[in-house]
Amino acid sequence: MTEPTIFDLSVPGRKGVTFPEPDVPEIALPEAFLREDLPIPEMSEMDAVRHFSSLSQKNYAIDLGFYPLGSCTMKYNPKVNEVTSRLPGFASVHPLQPIESVQGSLYLMYELQNMLAEIAGFAGVTLMPAAGAQGELTGTLIIKKYHADRGDHQRTRMLIPDSAHGTNPASSAMLGLDIVPLPSDERGNVNLDALRELCDDRLAGLMLTNPNTLGLFDENVVEVIKIVHEAGGLVYGDGANMNALLGVFRPGDVGIDVLHFNLHKTFSTPHGGGGPGSGPVAVQKHLLPFLPDPVVGIINEGDDDEAPLYGFIHPEKSIGRVKTFYGHFGVLVRAYTYISMLGQEGLRDAAEKAVLNANYLQEKLKGTYTLPYDRVCMHEFVLEGRWKDVPDIHALDIAKRLMDYKFHPPTNYFPLIVPEALMIEPTETENKETLDRFVDVMLKIAEEARTNPQLLKDAPHNTPIRRADELKAARDLMLCCSSGLE
Amino acid sequence: MFTPHTKNDVEVMLKSIGAEKIEDLFKVIPEQFRYPDLSLAPRLTEMEAVAELENIASANGTTKDFLSFLGAGAYDHYIPAAVDNLLQRGEFYTAYTPYQPEISQGTLQAIFEFQSLICRLTGMDVSNASHYDGATAAAEAVILATGHFRNKRKKVLLSRALNPQYRQTIRTYMQTDETLQILGDDAETGTNIKNLIAQIDNDTALVMVQYPDFFGRIIDYKELIETAHAHGALVAMAVNPTALGLLTPPGDLGADIALGEGQPLGIPLSFGGPWLGFFAVKNALLRKIAGRLVGETTDVEGKLAYVLTLTAREQHIRREKASSNICSNQGLMTLAATIYLSVLGKHGFKQVSNLCYQKAHYAAEQIASIDGFEVMFPETPFFHEFVVKCEQPVDELLEHLLEHDIFGGYKLENDYPELQNCFMLAVTEKISREDIDYLCDVLGEVDHD
Repeated sequence: MTEPTIFDLSVPGRKGVTFPEPDVPEIALPEAFLREDLPIPEMSEMDAVRHFSSLSQKNYAIDLGFYPLGSCTMKYNPKVNEVTSRLPGFASVHPLQPIESVQGSLYLMYELQNMLAEIAGFAGVTLMPAAGAQGELTGTLIIKKYHADRGDHQRTRMLIPDSAHGTNPASSAMLGLDIVPLPSDERGNVNLDALRELCDDRLAGLMLTNPNTLGLFDENVVEVIKIVHEAGGLVYGDGANMNALLGVFRPGDVGIDVLHFNLHKTFSTPHGGGGPGSGPVAVQKHLLPFLPDPVVGIINEGDDDEAPLYGFIHPEKSIGRVKTFYGHFGVLVRAYTYISMLGQEGLRDAAEKAVLNANYLQEKLKGTYTLPYDRVCMHEFVLEGRWKDVPDIHALDIAKRLMDYKFHPPTNYFPLIVPEALMIEPTETENKETLDRFVDVMLKIAEEARTNPQLLKDAPHNTPIRRADELKAARDLMLCCSSGLE
Repeated sequence: MFTPHTKNDVEVMLKSIGAEKIEDLFKVIPEQFRYPDLSLAPRLTEMEAVAELENIASANGTTKDFLSFLGAGAYDHYIPAAVDNLLQRGEFYTAYTPYQPEISQGTLQAIFEFQSLICRLTGMDVSNASHYDGATAAAEAVILATGHFRNKRKKVLLSRALNPQYRQTIRTYMQTDETLQILGDDAETGTNIKNLIAQIDNDTALVMVQYPDFFGRIIDYKELIETAHAHGALVAMAVNPTALGLLTPPGDLGADIALGEGQPLGIPLSFGGPWLGFFAVKNALLRKIAGRLVGETTDVEGKLAYVLTLTAREQHIRREKASSNICSNQGLMTLAATIYLSVLGKHGFKQVSNLCYQKAHYAAEQIASIDGFEVMFPETPFFHEFVVKCEQPVDELLEHLLEHDIFGGYKLENDYPELQNCFMLAVTEKISREDIDYLCDVLGEVDHD
């Protein structure tokens, strides 16, 4: 059933939550600046609650079922994170309070900086970036400023593998860097010959996602980094896929210079229907002076009787501030809670089970679906969602049909180097029964593609809406509800 | 923790894969780098983790323990219970970006409603699905404006009374464009709007002002907007949404872009985030807007449906040619703002806006009557924030207030050396007359020698 909008539900004169009358003498409002009308809805609190509850029922979510969305790491979001991040001691703290009154927040941030640095093998971390894409912007700015600081102004080329996320080239382009695409080889690794050819004194750096978006760990990672470093470039690590490496491998150990994390992927903080994310950036020692301003540090060591005093440190060659205040603190509390509960043992267990689950699915599905890069995968793998004998069936049809079986579809049409890509990331929190059920459905859909292809073409059949007309949405743009307006 | 595998599961799965042990799956990682020893504290159970986090949180003072007059871009408003209760529905917060519209209509319709609310509050035509916060929304406005003029106009003017953190973030974002000049916010120009107007010329891409400005003042921007438009420049206004419960919206004033921090709309202070950047434009700039947009359409059966639209502008399609690198929005925070405005409605929201105005004016009047304190800019109307000058160093005064369990306000000297001995107070609906009288009592005890 179609749910009316809040504007459709509005009835003039109806009230929701009300506030006390003023307890101070009222004075006149500034007449010249007053608005004529305020066209926002008028509804009772219960009407609003029912409306949003009803909307929630039109969503699919991790709490409802399997969400194997490649590169998004849709793992379970522990409920305890929602409790700790809402503690009044965290939620009711103004960012401009005197530092003596925010020692809890600063301690947590300081510790989280250290935990992330330790997990990935780096010297320092900024927690400020609001999301992965902003982490990339921060990291590439650091690289640019590092070269400029050394007088290397001619280093303007950023190498980006053809399997990279779209945010990689977009972030670099925002900073005026020249994007140079780097091809993959037939095993899905960076093409070393192509890399060598592109490395000269114009090289600013390489943006490397490892494991890459094919779910493959680059077999030549040490050599790749060596080639870039020898040419004077820096290596940016896109940490979107860190879930495969927790407690198993530290990107900093092989010389990655900068790396961003996605706390909303790797460290279990909820995706929230598209945000808030959090994209801390880790750097090696030579890049510490360039971190965003401020970072959290100890400003007074303390002694046996006195705890250390935490405060803000201003890196000397900082790229500046990338957002308001210090980062998505509420998200940081959730990540801190998660890491505290996993420890080294649990982190390694998460990576191992994520990789086990992915390889299990890959093995079960690869006979029925084409697996273009047939290797042991990491936390995810990419299949082709097409068959020669049924050319009309596309990855999109398979994705939509999965919804009829109450599964969220894999990421489709990405990475771009695999035709009709279906990118599957089960994560470590799924049990074997769920994976087996998913396999059964995927095999059944492959069969349906032959026996009743229209079932796929018309899918989904039993979702809140059927396939939406996206062309119409873009042609007859309707971005704002006019209900109740003259 | 959180992995469901039994020993038997692992064995069966490994056998199916053809591996002997899990470690075999990681052979591709060079051996000397495999399984580093991490120096992390031993893992905690949930019960222990909650105790640990409670302990850390208890080291903070909160706006519940202290009487807080802190504002300067973040405001302590009352958040109705319904807001957080609905946000905690797993169907909302454990969903991903709504790329699959058939199973994301809840998120999509909520964003559509958010966009509509922002348009109505600001008087603009089109709102996107949000940016990270007010500062990054401001930076996106500069990117939009310079792109709008194809980088031919090389000047951006920022008001000195625009939030200093917004100005810093804009400079961070634009630092690699060496030919762009970001001007107007120097001490010499000051915070008098006339001096800013004088700098507008045909090379100006954008003028950005704040409404109410950083000091809480309600400035008449009519002449500024006319001058900017006469020179073909765009005008962006950073606005406090709470003030828009009363004030003429930026769209009606002629702004081309309205943006701001949505934190006052039902989002906890949470030591600075996650909050919500809102961003809206007039129709003429519709195709220049960055970030996600939700549009209305129909499904194959003609049923009303919502989808992400105009995605061809975005990074996952356009890659290096995208209008911005932004990927996420503040999904759950847009939902908080949408629920907040819905449960307050027109009546409740107007009440909040009016309460802030009235209480702030009572506070200003009371403080002005105390010896040794002066309320600055007495001729200019203000909303719920104002600047007070004292006779002693601000640090000393704030320390004194802190001893009486008061967060007295924000010291302005760091960002505005010309405002020595000045601090700024914000007053929201949560502050009672008694609270204000208590503040004044404590201020009255201050020694002025």
